[in-house]
Amino acid sequence: MVTAVPTEPVLPDSPDVPPRGTDTEALGRALDRIRADVLARRGAEDARYIHTVVAVHRRLEIGGRAALAVSLLPPAWLVGTAALTTAKILENLELGHNIMHGQWDWMRDPAIHSTTWEWDNPTPAYAWKHTHNHIHHTWTNVVGRDRDLGFTVLRMTKDQAWRPVHLFQPFYTALGAPFFEWLAALYDLEADAVLQRRKSLRAFLRDATGTVRKGVRQAAKDYLFFPVLAGPSALPCLLGNLTANTARSLWAHTVIFCGHFPDGVRSFTVEETENETRGQWYLRQALGSADIEGGTVLHVLSGNLSHQIEHHLFPDLPSNRYAEIAPRVREVLTAHGVPYTTGPLLKQYASTWARICRMALPDLRRTTRSRPEGDESV
Amino acid sequence: MPRRVLTEGAVRLVLGAAGRLTTPLLPDDYLALADPLLSRRWPAGRVEEVRAETAEASTLVLRPGHGWRPAHRAGQYVPLGVRIDGVLHWRAYSLTTPPDGPGEPFSITVKALPEGRVSRYLAHRLRPGDVLRLGPAQGTFHLPAPPPRRVLLLTAGIGITPVMAMLRALSDEGGTAGTDVLLVHSSPDPGRTVFGPELRAMAERLPWFRLHEHHTRAGARPAGHLTPARLPAVCPDWRERATWACGPAALLESAERLWAAAGLADRLHVERFRPLPPGPSSPAGSLSSDARVRFAASGVETTVGAGTPLLQAGEAAGVAMPSGCRMGICFGCVTPLLHGRVRDLRTGEVHGEPGDLIQTCVSAACGPVTLDL
Ligand code: FES
Repeated sequence: MVTAVPTEPVLPDSPDVPPRGTDTEALGRALDRIRADVLARRGAEDARYIHTVVAVHRRLEIGGRAALAVSLLPPAWLVGTAALTTAKILENLELGHNIMHGQWDWMRDPAIHSTTWEWDNPTPAYAWKHTHNHIHHTWTNVVGRDRDLGFTVLRMTKDQAWRPVHLFQPFYTALGAPFFEWLAALYDLEADAVLQRRKSLRAFLRDATGTVRKGVRQAAKDYLFFPVLAGPSALPCLLGNLTANTARSLWAHTVIFCGHFPDGVRSFTVEETENETRGQWYLRQALGSADIEGGTVLHVLSGNLSHQIEHHLFPDLPSNRYAEIAPRVREVLTAHGVPYTTGPLLKQYASTWARICRMALPDLRRTTRSRPEGDESV
Repeated sequence: MPRRVLTEGAVRLVLGAAGRLTTPLLPDDYLALADPLLSRRWPAGRVEEVRAETAEASTLVLRPGHGWRPAHRAGQYVPLGVRIDGVLHWRAYSLTTPPDGPGEPFSITVKALPEGRVSRYLAHRLRPGDVLRLGPAQGTFHLPAPPPRRVLLLTAGIGITPVMAMLRALSDEGGTAGTDVLLVHSSPDPGRTVFGPELRAMAERLPWFRLHEHHTRAGARPAGHLTPARLPAVCPDWRERATWACGPAALLESAERLWAAAGLADRLHVERFRPLPPGPSSPAGSLSSDARVRFAASGVETTVGAGTPLLQAGEAAGVAMPSGCRMGICFGCVTPLLHGRVRDLRTGEVHGEPGDLIQTCVSAACGPVTLDL
């Protein structure tokens, strides 16, 4: 059975959504089976995994801070900065992002729970959970709904109107990447929603106070208290902390952009998502995300968001299971004729940037429908 | 005591300052890496000893960590969190030892129930060195100080545990002048009486303490259950005594009826072990029926069908429900379950215990449910 999705008006040469011949209900059932399988086997081993990551993160953080306290010695600076950077990356992606998705709520442990977790990031957990878990994951790559599609300042698909400011988007993307954590905090405040009257000014001010308070705590820790405690090593310590935060921002930015913007990833219109069935929702998640190929270290350091497709299909399954189910997911998608966008980090990164540059320019040809980005065969 | 307050204050101050460095975590989270017992945020205890009391019951001696407040009263219970297959389960158990100094070990006694995954784990699989989460000691089932002159303790089976703490506390204090305590305890047979030898030794040794053992299955003529109707024969002056009762629900209910009929309800104190939530097979939890859902904080009650998400049910009844994606992915709707069990509409799995956080958008009531909203 092929489930119909509103596809009018369709340009003769534009790709089908769903791809021609997709039985979305069968696809949904096959993916549900994968999910059920993981749920049935979830247990002690998974718990051990997350406890290990927690312990490794805390040890790296202690070690890194200790080394930076004596970072007048260059080797101590190097070791300390590397350890702190790794700690912050683990904390941000494999711990913060995944725990706040509720991936570990089944353990019923209030110490590792989506409702109690607070991360080492200027964005307060509650603000991020709203924009990311709710808005982005519900409306993945839907133009006008998914604010992550361009983060309100970038144009990432032809379905977004071009404005002259987009001409500069390669520059402000590059300049913003090192400060990604701060820009993300700003973004999570949803000032644009206030202008569009989707959010009250009162709520905005309340959230802004929360963000400022948290941001000050974060900054004071890294740029004031620890350097002061380091005494003679104050300056190298401060530089070490700055390096760790910047590197973490650059890395998170890279992982996140490679998850939804490389060639082959589609965007959607609101009409396309009307009356979406579970199978069609799965299909949109798969078409709207991209994986990064690589080894275990890459997967762990990216919080397993290198398995972005798997994450978007099953955002609440424990992250350590994504690698295991990825081959099965790929098989199911391929069998249903659904493209599976993946590639090595460099390739995905390059094609993301190519898209940022391409979309900076106005369209020469008018199309009424989106197509997989990078598909220039008009 | 002022010394203690002083050090406690100093510790708080240091931890507060250190919190600036560990934010958004607490110093606790790092200390707990070295030893979970150092955590104040998530109080824990370490198993020091596991002692078999009978074939089914074991006594666990636990050393509590820093976060556990030491002051408990004999007769109170303590919530224990144990991790089984990665999942933390909470159960409450009566403390069987009288209060001791801070950080001093205390004990609980667990009887393995045939269907009780958690009780069997605690009684048979726990080993010295294992760590459990601890909740604060609580409950109002304890003797006043000083104790009343005449006391009746009425217990059956594992219901002996809170009473054991009372007896040990009294015996540590040398009884209290003029106190007279009678324990009427029912168990299957002498060999399966938890604390049997100790109780008998106490009865020999302590002039103020008498023990009446009732055995339901011992000897040629099993005596049957201990019913309050038989009580006057064993304890003629039961009306004049202040009574503490603990045991199976049937015993407690009939005791409550007897005392109420005699107009003495305020002289009877009962302790119920926390009732388990109704299982999926109980009639209340049958698949097809509608269920009562209560929203405790807003005082709203409503009836919902077996397939209706609780989020929808609450909104229809006018309760301000937190929500987000409404499809089980954002966890914006999680709400504490106070009572009952729920069905995950995605998997059909029936789950839930008091205190669990459930996603109301993908959960339906399975029998009567109370939410903290
Ligand atoms: S509303 Fe999003 S998980 Fe329930």
